[in-house]
This record gives sequence, structure tokens and C-alpha cells, in this order.
Amino acid sequence: MGFEEVRFEKNSDKAIQNKPLQKALVNVTDRFRTARNKASKEVSDWEELRSAAREIKKNTIANLDKYLIMLEEKVIKAGGIVHWAKDAHEASQIIVKIANDRGVKLVVKSKSMATEEIELNSSFEDAGIKVVETDLGEYIIQLAGEHPSHIIAPAIHKTKDDISALFSEKLGVPHYEKPEELTKVARERLRSEFLNAEMGVSGANFAVAETGTIVIVENEGNARLTTTVPKIHVALVGIEKLIPKYEDLSLFLSILARSATGQKSSTYVSFITGPKSPTDVDGPEEFHLVLLDNGRSGILASEETRESLYCIRCGACLNICPVYRHVGGHSYGGAYSGPIGAIITPQLMGIDKASELPFASSLCGACHDVCPVKIDFPKVLLELRKNVIESKKLGINSGKDLIEKLGIRFWRFTVEYESIYKITNKLSYYLQIPWKRSNGKLNALPYPFSRWTDKRDFPSVAKKTFRERWKEIKAETG
Amino acid sequence: MTNRTRPIKVYIFITCLVDTFFPEVGESMVKVLNDLGVEVDFIEEQTCCGQPAFNSGYQNDARVVAQRFLSIFEKALNNDPNKETYIICPSGSCTSMVKVFYEELFKNSPETLKKVARVKESTYEFSEFLVKVLNRVDVGAEYNGVITYHDSCHLLRELRVKDSPRELIKSVRGVEFREMEMHDACCGFGGTFSIKFPNVSVSMLDEKIECIVNSGADTVVSADMGCSMNIEGALSRRKIPIKVMHLAQLLASRGKNGI
Repeated sequence: MGFEEVRFEKNSDKAIQNKPLQKALVNVTDRFRTARNKASKEVSDWEELRSAAREIKKNTIANLDKYLIMLEEKVIKAGGIVHWAKDAHEASQIIVKIANDRGVKLVVKSKSMATEEIELNSSFEDAGIKVVETDLGEYIIQLAGEHPSHIIAPAIHKTKDDISALFSEKLGVPHYEKPEELTKVARERLRSEFLNAEMGVSGANFAVAETGTIVIVENEGNARLTTTVPKIHVALVGIEKLIPKYEDLSLFLSILARSATGQKSSTYVSFITGPKSPTDVDGPEEFHLVLLDNGRSGILASEETRESLYCIRCGACLNICPVYRHVGGHSYGGAYSGPIGAIITPQLMGIDKASELPFASSLCGACHDVCPVKIDFPKVLLELRKNVIESKKLGINSGKDLIEKLGIRFWRFTVEYESIYKITNKLSYYLQIPWKRSNGKLNALPYPFSRWTDKRDFPSVAKKTFRERWKEIKAETG
Repeated sequence: MTNRTRPIKVYIFITCLVDTFFPEVGESMVKVLNDLGVEVDFIEEQTCCGQPAFNSGYQNDARVVAQRFLSIFEKALNNDPNKETYIICPSGSCTSMVKVFYEELFKNSPETLKKVARVKESTYEFSEFLVKVLNRVDVGAEYNGVITYHDSCHLLRELRVKDSPRELIKSVRGVEFREMEMHDACCGFGGTFSIKFPNVSVSMLDEKIECIVNSGADTVVSADMGCSMNIEGALSRRKIPIKVMHLAQLLASRGKNGI
């Protein structure tokens, strides 16, 4: 990924100060979460569906090589062209070349996290090709020059007023008040782009190995236009998006829609197998499938964290996450945010570039409970934390690291020996006196404990610890 | 206690937070257990389960400390073959370290996993032990107050204990129970998370405090001192007169004349 090193603490501190953002995050995550909870309860065997989906994903990922070859064969058979991209750079090059070779000047895009991941838009722009996002949320953030802040609702960090001002500035329209008016502006602009574009770029929610079909779910209809109106359709698909059988779709489409937006089904579900056939009235003349690795095979190789690849990008983990709720999507740096971002961004970008992210969780486990494929987020986060610490073993990267390492060493030394543990507690009791207030709490402790006491009181070490009291308790109770 | 062939003996697993900062929680737990006629013992060699290092990514350090814990408690479990022996802990988080995460920590050492299995099956979080093993929800407690309960994440989502603490609270004479909004949302503690990302942690805590205050309760009960010290830290800093109690303290209350 071309993204810069992730500075989660710095980013999140800024997000917390942003009051309109805080309000928007609470509203949107509450709305999605409530809808998802309701939709999951409508299905009596929801837990079984989750287990079944996980099992399918597990088997698919374990046999990914086989299914990828199968997919490639089927796509070619259907008249499509398959490209393999080992990283973001290669994927962008392939797609830009397809456009350049055919003299494409205007590209329309439907919502795709994979294209965000490889920052495709900037590659198009560098090549002098105009690219227009057609999902309303993506259209807004493209105008603003930003990255999406939510997997399924990319512009949730923007208020209606922000969007009104943005449209007015960038599109020269009046300051519209109503969402309907704003949507109408976008709709009118986008219609002409659809009709003039020579190429459409999409992602895919699923790629079915046995039929070579890619499946796209959406609610706006823009993806269907993107994939049918222009002469060329290019789909960029992460290699983990595979499912083996067509019949598996009924399960995955159901859990995806319910987990993402609380819908029984998304408004539009497009099934695309190759380009337009001679008997089709509409459809693109060329269909290109670009299969993206970009670090995924590295995740596949790690048995401990492989389940990160089971993700179907529903965003339910973002909507339940108490951390995401307070920091928003941009705090996570890369294309992906929330719990899924915290586990895949460090694996895709390299752990040294996002070493804060595995720690950006209180390990509350709420994400694990809502994940439609039951990704064990706490387990993966703990594994990645271990990897971060091990990767730093030879050199301590900062003063902060040094303090932490010394802290852990000191902790281990005290808890390994009961006698030292007791002495430490006794010493702490006396050492804390300068910070002890009349309410018995500690206040204004030095760094790193100041990070607690800046806004919270800290309890004081008891005069008599439990083990010291135990002898008395025993004497009393016999 | 019904139809037991062997008497029950409990080894209490006093977490380092309780030992060092909140010994009264340990005392309350002992009182509740003693009042129910359970034999209680405390092994003084015990210190910590290893969770702080494990959660911070220092698995090698965590393993050394966890091995120590396992040896101490496995030995204890074998002390009295004539008794039904348990390890009881007043923390959902530390209990889940033993019951859930030790398997992860020792996945590459089959020998230790045997020990883990033995210790794990006998380890219970305090409220779960009272309700599921002793079959008691009324422990004879009395407390005059309006109580709300904060679900600690590990107790709720790692150990799946949701109802036991509530049943126990509701059975305390004099208590009016009020569920808060977002009772199952994290309070922002998360161990070292609270000092790694203090502003995020406090932002989460702010919302939790708001929910507690809005519940109208005068006392907030939790089964984990990690959460409690975080919640209490904010309440006391902001001078909000809501009392924070561990479940064991509530259950050890005996009305006006008791503690």
C-alpha cells in the first residue's frame, strides 16, 4: 500500500477533538448496529449460518490455490481476461495499461475497498485519465480529496452541511439544505459520466470459482451501471474474495446484507460472468478480472492469523467497536478501519508500518461476537501484538518502547518471586505518599502513569495487602 | 449445597489488583464464601496470572509467570482428594486468562496444556461459582440502594457470564436494580490500552459514565476491578457521588448493622 506509516494515537487524538465527527459516528454506528441486531434476530438459525459461513471460508482459504485456478479457467471460458497482480503497484499498472491501450479518457468507478487499498484513483490521475466515483459516499469523498472512513459508508464523517458546502465549492451549485437536493445534484452529474465513460471499474463482494462469476451488492444501482454501460469492465478483486460454489451465495448474500445494513437483501445484486455474450442486448464488450494479492498470500502463510482473510467486508465490526465509535475510520491510516483494519492493515502494509494498530483495541471482543464469519479478533490481535514485540527485539524503536520493556521486565521480576512482590508493594505504599490526596486516591503521577492520572484518579496501594490481611482473617474465622 | 458426596474446598485466586489496591474485595469474597459454609484457603505464593504481559505482546514473559501460576494451583488441587476443590477468582478478566487464553499461550507445549486443562476445569469466576456450582442466588445480603451493573468484557464475552451477577444483585434485600444503556460496552480500560491511548480510553469512559449517571443508580457494581478502578477514577475525579462496588462487596453487605 502506498499509505504512510499509521500514527494511530496522533490520528485518534485529533478525531476525538472533532465534535461533529463524534456525533456523526455515534449516530451512524448506532443506526447500523440496531439494524444489524434486528436483522440477525429475524433468522432463527443465525448462529448456524455464521458457523457454516466460517467453515466455507476456512476451506476456501485453505485451498485457495485450487480455487483460484478454477476461477481463472471459468472466467477465460466465459470470454473474460484474467490478470494476476502481486502488489498494489502492479495492479494499478495493469488497470491503467488496459485503459491507455484502448485510449480511455474517462473511467467510472463503483465502490471498491480494493481500489482504495491500491490507491487506483491517483494512478489514473497520474496517467491523465479522468476517474469518477459513482457511489454517493465515494463521490463525496473524492470531491473532498479524502479516504473513506467506513467500509460500507465511506463518507460518514461528513455532515449534511459539510456536503452542501463541498458541492457548492466544487460543483458551483447553490448551498442546498435538503439531502434530496444534494443527491439530485450528484445524480445528474453522474448520469452524464456514465454515458460518456469508456471504462467501468468495480470491485466484487464475491468471486465464485465454479462458474467464474463475480457478485456485486449495492443499494444505489451505480455498480450495475458501472459494469454494464461502458464498453470495458475491469473488476479488481482480492484473492480472498473467493467462494467455491454458486449455491454458497444464498448464505453469504444473506449474512452480508444483514450484517452490513440490516437488510434482508441488498437492493441490487449483480452477477457477472464474463463480458456480454452475443445474445445479450447490454453489457461490456471486454471483461477483465484483476486478482490482487498485495500481501494476502503472506497472511495465508500465517496459520495464526489466516482467518483475517475470511472477512466479507460487512463493516459490522466497525459498528459495534467502542474504539471505532470514538476515533472514526481515518485514525486507522490505511484503507480499512475498525477491528478489521487493526488486523489486516499491519499484515498488508508490514507490521513496522502499522505497529500501533494491533494495540488499538481494548480486546473487548464485541467484534468477534458480531462477525458473520466469526473472526476471532482478540486472538489475532494478541498474535499480532506478539509479532510487534518480537519484531522490535533487536532494537528498541523509541523511548516509549524502552520504558515499556523495562516496565514489563520489572513486573516479571516482582511477580516471579513472592518476596520481591511483597517488598515492591511495601515500597510502593511509601513511595506513593507525595501523590496521595485526602480522598485516598493518587493524582498527577509522573510519566507514564500520568497518562492515567491526567483525567482519572488512580487507586492507592493498600496499607495492608490482601495477603497481609489473610493471616488475620484466618485467625478470626479459624 | 445439595447432594454432594464430598465437601467443597475453595482456593481463592486473588488478582494482583485486588491484593495490592483492593484487599477489601478479597475479604468480602472470603466472607461470602465462609457464610455459605465453604472452606476457603489462600496460597500465599501466588502473585499474578501473567495477563499484563500477554496482552501487551510479551508472551515469553507471560509464559514464565503463567507457568508459575499453574504449578502453584495444580499442586493445590491435588492436596485434598477427599474434597471437591475449586479455584475461585473475583475477576472475569483474570479468570478468562486462565480458562481461555492459557491454551493460546501454551499451544506449543502439550505437557503444559495438560496442566492447563486440569486447572481450567476447576477455575470459576466468583459469581458463576455461586450460581452455577453452589446454586445460590440469595446469599443473605442486604443493601439499601439503587444499583446498576457494568458487564466487564471478558466476563461477558470470553466466559459468557451475563445472568449470574444480575441474579445475585437482584436477590440482595433492599436493592433496586436498574439496567443502564450500553451495559455491555467496554468502559475503556483494556489493561495497558488505558495508558497507551489515554484519550481514546477516556473518551470511551466518558460514554460509560454518562450511561451510569443516566441510569439513576447510586451504586455501580462490577465483577472486575480493572473496570471498577477506571470507572471509579473518573467518578472521583469529577466528584460524581456514585459508589463503585465489586459484586463481592455487595454480597458481603448485611444492611445497616453489617459492613
